[in-house]
Amino acid sequence: MMGPETHPGFGSPPREEMESLALSDYGSAMSSRLSAVATAVDGGDPPLSAAASSSSSFLDPPSYSNVVFRSLDGQNDATPDRPSLCRDFPSHRSDRAAASEYASIAVSDPQKEQDAVNSLVPGGGAYVTYLITSRTRAGGAEFRVRRRFRDVVTLADRLAEAYRGFFIPPRPDKNVVESQVMQKHDFVEQRRSALEKYLWRLAVHPVIGNSDELRVFLQVQGKLPLPTSTDMASRMLDGAVRLPKQLFREGQAGYVTPQDAVQPAKGGRDLLRIFKELKQSVANDWGGAKPPVVEEDKEFLERKDRMQDLEQQLSTASKQAEALVKAQQDIGETMGELGLAFIKLTKFENEEAVYNSQRVQAADAKCVATAAVKASRLYRELNAQTVKHLDTLHEYLGLMLAVHSAFSDRASALLTVQTLMSDLSSLNTRIEKLEVASSKIFGGDRSRMRKVEELKETIRVTEDAKYCASREYERIKENNRSELERLDRERHDDFLSMLKGFVINQVGYAEKGANVWAAVAEETRGYARENNKT
Amino acid sequence: MISPGSPPGSSSQSPRSPSAPLFLSVTVTDPVKLGNGVQAYISYRVITKTNLPEYQGPEKIVIRRYSDFVWLHDRLAEKYKGIFIPPLPEKSAVEKFRFSAEFIEMRRQALDIFINRIASHPQLKQSEDLRTFLQEDEETMERARSQETGIFKKKPTDLMQIFKDVQSMVSDVVLGKEKPVEESNPEYEKLKHYIFELEDHLAEAQKQAYRLVKRHRELGQSLADFGKAIKLLGACEGDSLGKVFSDLGSKSELLSIKLQKEAHNLLMNFEEPLKDYVRAVQSIKATMTDRANAFRQQCELAETTKLKEINLDKLMLMRSEKAVEAEIEYKELKAESEEATRRFETIVKLMSEEMMRFQEQKTADLGLAFHEFARGQAKLANEIADAWRSLVPKLDACSPSMCS
Repeated sequence: MMGPETHPGFGSPPREEMESLALSDYGSAMSSRLSAVATAVDGGDPPLSAAASSSSSFLDPPSYSNVVFRSLDGQNDATPDRPSLCRDFPSHRSDRAAASEYASIAVSDPQKEQDAVNSLVPGGGAYVTYLITSRTRAGGAEFRVRRRFRDVVTLADRLAEAYRGFFIPPRPDKNVVESQVMQKHDFVEQRRSALEKYLWRLAVHPVIGNSDELRVFLQVQGKLPLPTSTDMASRMLDGAVRLPKQLFREGQAGYVTPQDAVQPAKGGRDLLRIFKELKQSVANDWGGAKPPVVEEDKEFLERKDRMQDLEQQLSTASKQAEALVKAQQDIGETMGELGLAFIKLTKFENEEAVYNSQRVQAADAKCVATAAVKASRLYRELNAQTVKHLDTLHEYLGLMLAVHSAFSDRASALLTVQTLMSDLSSLNTRIEKLEVASSKIFGGDRSRMRKVEELKETIRVTEDAKYCASREYERIKENNRSELERLDRERHDDFLSMLKGFVINQVGYAEKGANVWAAVAEETRGYARENNKT
Repeated sequence: MISPGSPPGSSSQSPRSPSAPLFLSVTVTDPVKLGNGVQAYISYRVITKTNLPEYQGPEKIVIRRYSDFVWLHDRLAEKYKGIFIPPLPEKSAVEKFRFSAEFIEMRRQALDIFINRIASHPQLKQSEDLRTFLQEDEETMERARSQETGIFKKKPTDLMQIFKDVQSMVSDVVLGKEKPVEESNPEYEKLKHYIFELEDHLAEAQKQAYRLVKRHRELGQSLADFGKAIKLLGACEGDSLGKVFSDLGSKSELLSIKLQKEAHNLLMNFEEPLKDYVRAVQSIKATMTDRANAFRQQCELAETTKLKEINLDKLMLMRSEKAVEAEIEYKELKAESEEATRRFETIVKLMSEEMMRFQEQKTADLGLAFHEFARGQAKLANEIADAWRSLVPKLDACSPSMCS
C-alpha cells in the first residue's frame, strides 16, 4: 500500500482523482480501444475493467503465459475459510503441505491481557495473546488455543533440544526494540503474520511436523504443558553453586551420566562439564596431538563449505532483491504522480481554453495521464507479486540459521565424545599411577586401592556415557545428512518455482504495459515527423 | 524539433514566384571543448542552408559559443517587443556539470531548437542580427558580443529613459501613487492569470518527468546488481538450475542497459521539451513586462503632454514670450506620446498573434513529446517482455528434483 501522497501547492485530493479518472473514462474512444485491445490479448478473459484490475491481487497475465502461470497456481483449494497462507503455494509446496499432519494453521485475533501477579511498573505485566486455529488432516478436527509469544519461545527451545541435528525453522525474533518503537497495531500485525508463517513451516517439516511438542502447542487448552526455559543467568548461578562440590568431592559428582551425555553441555547447569569441554576444544585447536575422534566425513565437510557459500550468496541476493522491489515501487509511484500532473494540466487547459489548439492539447495530455495512471497501477501490482516470489530468497536465508544450529549440534556432540574420551584416558592414567605407587608399598596401600576401585567405577559410568554420547553423535550426523539432502531437493524446487514465478510475472505485466503505451503512441502518431532533428 | 523546412505558406511571401520555395534551415552540432581551466568553454558548429537572397550562398558554417546565442537573444528581445522570443537554455551554475556529456547534449539540442524557432518565425527570421549571427566570422562576432555589455554602452536616449523611469517612480512614491498604472483589460487579465498558472502546471509536469528519468536509472542499476547476485547464487546450484540462474542474471543485466538507454531517451525527448516550454512561458512573462512598461510610458507621456498643453494654452493666453518655446516642447512631447502609444498598440497586436501561434506550437511540440514518451515506454516494455519470455522454455525444461 503506497503511503499518502502530498502535493504542495496542488491541494486537490490525489487518489480519488486517479481512481475516478480510469473508472469514468468509458465514454471516450480511447478507453474503449484499450479494452478492446485487452480483450483480444487476454483471449477470452473479461475486458480490462477497472474494478477487476484494481481489486485483483493475483496476476492474470495475458497471452500464452496465462497457461503456464495457471499450472503453477492450479493446486489451490477453494475453501472459503481456509487460512490465507496456503493459497500462495505452487504445486510442489502444496505436495509438501499435503504430507503434513495439519491441513491448516491460522493465527488471529490478538488480544491484550494482564498478568495478574507481578507488576512493579504500573501498567506493566500486560501482554498480547493470539488465537491459534488449526485443523488436522486425518480427522478434520479443529483446535483453538490462545498462546502468547513467550509460549512460542518455549516451543522453539524445546524443539531445539529434542531435535538436534535437524534444520529447525527459526522462530520469529523477540524484537524488543521494535515492540517499543513501532505503532502497537503494526507491530502486533507483523508478529501475527510471522507467527503464522513460523507455525506453518514447522507443520510442513517432515519430522517436526509430527512432533509432540508442536501438537501440544496447537491442541492443548490452557497453559502450555511444556517445561519453560530458564534464562542463562539463573542456570549459571545454579551451576556455580554445584561447582565446589564437583571439584572437591570428585568421586561422586565429577562425572557425566549417560543421560547427561546426550544433552549439550552449554545449556545445562554442569559448569564443570562446560569447562572441561572448553578445555578440550582449546586442545583441539591449539594442542599438538590430534583429538581421539575427528570429523572425517569428507562429504559433510564439502557440503558445509557449500552451505557457507550458499549463505553468502543468498545474503547478497536477498539484499538486491529488496533493492529491486524498492526501485519498482519508486518508479510506479513517480509514474502515478506524473499522471496526476498531467490530469491537472488537462483540466486547466480545458477550463481556460481560448484556442482550439488548447483543447487538442488537453485531450493529448489526458491520453498520457490515463496511461501513466494505468502504468502506475501495473507497477504496483507487479511489485506485490514480485515480493511474494522473491520472498523465497529471504526464507532460505533464514533457514541458514537453522543449518548453523544443526551443524553446531553436531560439533558439540562431537566435543562431548572427545571430552569423555580424554576423561577416560586421564582416568586410566591415574589408575596406572596409583597402582604403581601402591605396588611399591609392601602389602599394598589400602587407601590407594580403594581409590583405584572408585576410579574404576567412574570409568565404567564414563564408558557408558561415552557410548551414549557416541550414539547421539552418530544420530545427529545422520540427521544432518538427511536434512542436507532434503534441503538440496526442496531448494531446487523452490528456487525453480521462484524464478518461474518471477519471470512470468514480469512478462505478464510488461505485456500489459506495452499495450497501454502502444495505444497512446498510436493516438499521438500524427505529431511525429520524418525529419526529426538530431 | 520544429522543422524549418515547413511548407512555403508559412515563410515570407516573396513577390517573385520561383519554382523552388524559400527556405532557411539551421543546424547546431559538433560540440567541442576549447580553452583551458577556468576559461574553458564549448563551441558549436552552426550550419546554415538557405536559398534566401540576403544570405551568402547555399551553405555557410560558423563556429559559435553559448554567449553568442545570448547576444542574439538579447538583441532580439530589445528590438522585437511584443514578440515571444524563443527561450535559451540556462547558464549552468554548477561547475561539475558544465562539461558532462549529458549537459552538453541537452544544451546543444536546446540551442538548435532556439535558432530554428527564430529562423521560422515570420518576423524574427528577417532580423539583421540573425544574419550577423549566422554568417559573420568569429572575430566580427566577438567584437559585436563585447560591445553590447554593460550600461555604459547604452545609447544616451536609453540612459535618459532610465533616469526618467526612476524619476517618475520616485515622484509616484512621493505623491502617494505607489501602485503602478495597469491596464484594465479583462481579457488580458485572464491571459495573465492563465500564463502564471500554466507555468506552475508545466513546471510540475517537468519535475515529475525528471524524477521519472531518475527512477529509470535507479531501476536499471538495481537490475544490474540483482542480475549479478543471481548469477553468483546460481553458481552454488548445480546443473540445469544453475544454468538458468546464470541466464536470468544475464537477462537482468541486459535489461539494465536498456533501462539506461530509455532514461536518456526520456530525458532528451520528454523532459527537455517540457522544460523548454517552462522557459517559453517565462519568455512570455518577459513580454508581459514589456507591455506593462509600454503601457505605463504611454500613460505617463499622455498625462505629461496634457499638462504641457494646458500650460501652453495658458501661456498663449497671456501672450508670453515663453509660448513659442513651450509650443516646440509641446510638439516634441506630443510626438513622443504618440510614439509611445504606437509602441504599446503594436505590442498588444503582436501579443495576440503570438499567443495563437504559441498555443499551436505548444500543442504540436508537446504532442510530439507525448508521442516519444509513449513510444519509448512501449518499446521498453516490449524489450522487457521479450527478454524474460525467452527464459520460460528453459525454466520449463528444468525438471523438478526427484523425490527420494
